[in-house]
Amino acid sequence: MTTSSPETMAAAELALPPGAEPVARSNWQLFRRRFFRHKLAVLSIIVLFFLILVCFGASWLAPFPKNQTNLLITPGGPSAKHWFGTNEVGQDLLTQVMYGGQISLKIGLAVAFFSTVVGVVVGAMAGFYGGWIDQGLSRGTDLFLIVPELAILGVAIQRLGRSDNSFIIVLAALGWMYVARVVRGQVLSIKQKEFVEAARASGASGTRIVVRHILPNCIGPIMVNATLAIAAAVIAESTLTYLGLGLQPPATSWGILLNQAESAVTETSKFYLVFFPGAFLVLTVLAVNFLGDGLRDAFDPQSEHGSK
Amino acid sequence: MRRIVYSVPVLVIASFFVFWGIRTTYDPTAKFRASRDSARIIAAKRKELGLDKTIIAQWWTWFTHFLQGNLGVSDRTNDRVWGMLTHAMWPSLQLMFWGTMFALVIAIAVGVYSAVKQYSIGDYAFTGISYIGIAMPTFLFGLLAISLLVTLPVTKFHLTHPYLYSVGLHSSGKSGFNIDYLRHLVLPVLTLTVQSVAVWSRFQRASMLDVLHADYVRTARAKGVPRRKVIFRHAFRNALIPLVTVVALDSAFLIGGLVITEQIFSISGMGQLFLFSLTGGDAPVLLGWFLVVAVFVIVFNLLADLMYGVLDPRIRIS
Repeated sequence: MTTSSPETMAAAELALPPGAEPVARSNWQLFRRRFFRHKLAVLSIIVLFFLILVCFGASWLAPFPKNQTNLLITPGGPSAKHWFGTNEVGQDLLTQVMYGGQISLKIGLAVAFFSTVVGVVVGAMAGFYGGWIDQGLSRGTDLFLIVPELAILGVAIQRLGRSDNSFIIVLAALGWMYVARVVRGQVLSIKQKEFVEAARASGASGTRIVVRHILPNCIGPIMVNATLAIAAAVIAESTLTYLGLGLQPPATSWGILLNQAESAVTETSKFYLVFFPGAFLVLTVLAVNFLGDGLRDAFDPQSEHGSK
Repeated sequence: MRRIVYSVPVLVIASFFVFWGIRTTYDPTAKFRASRDSARIIAAKRKELGLDKTIIAQWWTWFTHFLQGNLGVSDRTNDRVWGMLTHAMWPSLQLMFWGTMFALVIAIAVGVYSAVKQYSIGDYAFTGISYIGIAMPTFLFGLLAISLLVTLPVTKFHLTHPYLYSVGLHSSGKSGFNIDYLRHLVLPVLTLTVQSVAVWSRFQRASMLDVLHADYVRTARAKGVPRRKVIFRHAFRNALIPLVTVVALDSAFLIGGLVITEQIFSISGMGQLFLFSLTGGDAPVLLGWFLVVAVFVIVFNLLADLMYGVLDPRIRIS
């Protein structure tokens, strides 16, 4: 057994002068070792980096300007000039998929960030202090469990305006509750541990105990939930946009491209219009999910490797 | 019993928030704005609809009317909301019923197989498929299913009628439970349940593995009970219990899936009614819709709690 248990960590921290953190560093090394053993997770990181690079670098990398229509060419499938083919109005599908990914990925990453930050703060307070925050959190989330999220999202987007920022606001407003519930549960169990008692006995304030002693031990579930939030947000945006309730052209996202690909459903020769945006969407969600699996195994020393 | 008492205030408070959200999103007097003498008409209409009162008073009027079975009339069609909802409920209930049955059977079969033959080729194959299923948005699966299973065979084999239909639940002029119905049902049910099957089968696999490693299963094996009998008599039944909760909790998610599925397959059920009302700004129908759905989800969860108690005596006692 290596020196990674929370108890020894806290003990070492108390004994060492501030600034020296050899134990934390060896934890990081252990984490890295375990993460890189998870081959699919490593592959997912590479895929995600590639997607982010390609989509956010679209201004430099895309073969054609955004939304450029060309009515002179006949719309057709993949070719040497148009790798992913062109749609009805002659837009290069590769270019559109790259620019579309910017919006989809931006929404996913931003939602994950905001819902994690808010969820961690509220969840930690609810778990640590209990009382009315805790009551409010449980009762509040109960309200949202009885209505389909898609329906709430649909109404809220009509209200706030059909832009990518409204998606970020609404999805984060719905998503933080899951994070908060998970963090609350974790904090409740860690709060009982001896090292928290030790910290309290040595005079640490409540905030310091939460930030320095409890939250670092919740990092695993928090990170896993953040990756799940990315996937959920990307799917929610594309679904609502596909249904015609979300973003609208000239904005472009994978949902918009799939919404415009409706004609492909009745003509087999236009299948590529569904395939390419759909493949990017599924690839993103798959990669994010595998990343979450890898992080869970890497953060949790007790998880046996290989049990998926 | 405590659960039933608790779910009533949850429903009442949720209904207030929904009312507030929808009332402030849609202005029922918007359609009069372009008419001549609009200010006077709007003022009169506001008085008639009670919009000049506070939001709480408006909600209270609406809620007491609901308790008397009156949900008002649609802004779009002037039909009674309650009638529209009951009309839309039937196709949706059919989809939900077949979908849940199908998903349960497949998920349990796959989950138990994967657990019993852990780390076999079959287990890895199902794991891979379920990862793709979880990553596949419902609407995308619907699009792919129509392209590959309806349009492709039609073009390829020059059919006049596809093997599987992608519009509605019956061909025109037909009704009842027959082969035509089944040919309409396959794709919507698949689309609705692809995510549930993937998630539930993973869950069933995990709970079956837990049970297989439990002491009483080892005891039964040690006593000489045949492996097959242990799996089905002892382990299988107990491994089903946790799934009940998951299925009940997913009922709200499944209704979200109905919105997508019914839109793609042109089925005029609750999901399509929601979309039409949302795009048409039909506040009374939306309000009624949310209320009916919330009641449905709560009842479903309560049923699951009851079933849980029946299946697991340990919970009944406590």
